[in-house]
Amino acid sequence: MKLDLKKLKLRDINEKLQNLDRKQNDRNFTIINPEGNHAVCAGLTEEMNINIKGHVGYYCAGMNQKANIVINGNVGTGVAENMMSGKVHVKGNASQSAGATAHGGLLVIDGDASSRCGISMKGIDIVVKGSVGHMSGFMSQSGNMVVCGDAGEALGDSLYETNIYIKGNVKSLGADCVEKKMDKKHIKKLNLLLKEANIKNYKAENFKRYGSARKLYNFKIDNLSNY
Amino acid sequence: MCGIVGIYLKTKKFEKNLGKMLSGMLNNMESRGPDSAGFAVYKNEKKDIFKYSLCINDLNFKKFKKEISNKIKKIQLSQHADHVILKTLIEPKTVIKIINTSFPKVSIVGYGHSIEIFKQVGNPKDIVKKFKLDSFSGTHGIGHTRMATESAITTDGSHPYSTGKDECLVHNGSLSNHNNLRRELIKKGNIFNSENDTEVAAGYVSNSLSNKKSLKDTLTSGLKDLDGFYTFITGTKKGFAVVRDEIACKPAVIAETKNYVAIASEFQAMAHLPDVNSAKIFEPEPGIVYSWGN
Repeated sequence: MKLDLKKLKLRDINEKLQNLDRKQNDRNFTIINPEGNHAVCAGLTEEMNINIKGHVGYYCAGMNQKANIVINGNVGTGVAENMMSGKVHVKGNASQSAGATAHGGLLVIDGDASSRCGISMKGIDIVVKGSVGHMSGFMSQSGNMVVCGDAGEALGDSLYETNIYIKGNVKSLGADCVEKKMDKKHIKKLNLLLKEANIKNYKAENFKRYGSARKLYNFKIDNLSNY
Repeated sequence: MCGIVGIYLKTKKFEKNLGKMLSGMLNNMESRGPDSAGFAVYKNEKKDIFKYSLCINDLNFKKFKKEISNKIKKIQLSQHADHVILKTLIEPKTVIKIINTSFPKVSIVGYGHSIEIFKQVGNPKDIVKKFKLDSFSGTHGIGHTRMATESAITTDGSHPYSTGKDECLVHNGSLSNHNNLRRELIKKGNIFNSENDTEVAAGYVSNSLSNKKSLKDTLTSGLKDLDGFYTFITGTKKGFAVVRDEIACKPAVIAETKNYVAIASEFQAMAHLPDVNSAKIFEPEPGIVYSWGN
């Protein structure tokens, strides 16, 4: 089914998709003329396939559960923020805070993601085929972030148990973020994520893993300058 | 918040449509700034003609025309709502003195060989209509929709700020060291008309340009001297530049085609532009100055 954002109101389209009849079999939707609108496909809770043709604004596919959403264009701030499950695939670039606070699901970005990618992520898997900007993975708690390009300044600042895999250069590491050894389980998981994101030219061995040094978990007066 | 927009034409193809392109961008940024709006359009004049953008407020245009014609000979005036564009060969020093001493109700919004500036309190859509921005042609333009946070909602508090010949600046963000910097710039001879933080940034740029520094060098040193959150667009006679502070909380997106470069706070401001879907679209990186035509 084709949904035209030039003819229909954003709110009507989102309401329709949010209240899909559970018995409905046709679950393939194409959204045309998004024209940078905010909150396109936010709050979907059912399995469905959505293809958005064009560039979208802020918080696209926010709070997503189960839906598979493909964006043929760029996305603004906070794509798939607080996603719980499902898959969001951005074929262009993403602005800041991609996948922020998200608990689950998979976010794939074919281009670059700017600053604060995966900020405070809580279990989502994020795969960026390009590079990420500064403060990516800030205070991230769990899940995996894979970056095939480079990472900007202060990567993984104050992170908890997220695994960050970077193939390119890291401009600088944030407080308490260190390079860590790749164990078998990490290689297995990373290969799985690369496969899910349809990346064939890189292997897990091409990446370095970064994680928490766990020195800032509890307050210590010796670490005062790092807080 | 606040919305900022700018468009620079690389070819002559869209010169007649510049106003229309810019008005669409401002209309789409209403949600980011409903308090006031303004725009600057650059269109070169023949020979050495100076253009003065004046806000005559509640003065009667015919009366103003008669009075100013007595003071300054050989002028051309055109009325755009409560703004007037005055064209003359006479140098700014003389004209500014005459306006400031004889017409206390008139404020000089900007002047130069190319720039025309209009700004007013109210909803951006109404302001765009009021000044008939759609009918403007030109080589480049800059606009702003304001959500006031830092100083009062007044015409003086509206953007763009023009503090030098053919210069203007719009700002999304807030500066934290503007009071100190204003004092320093006043000592160096700058004049400020408001308490607004952005006017200080515009004054900083003017001061540096008057010391023969390039726009790119000026904005690069501004990264150290201006403390706060900002995305700036600055316009000069020949082009414009964009810079974001190093934290880069304030958004900006650039779309470039073979005919134009457009910048806006959000992509939706430029969704109506011709060929935008095949444009190169990217976010300006923090702490890096991007410029065109300078």
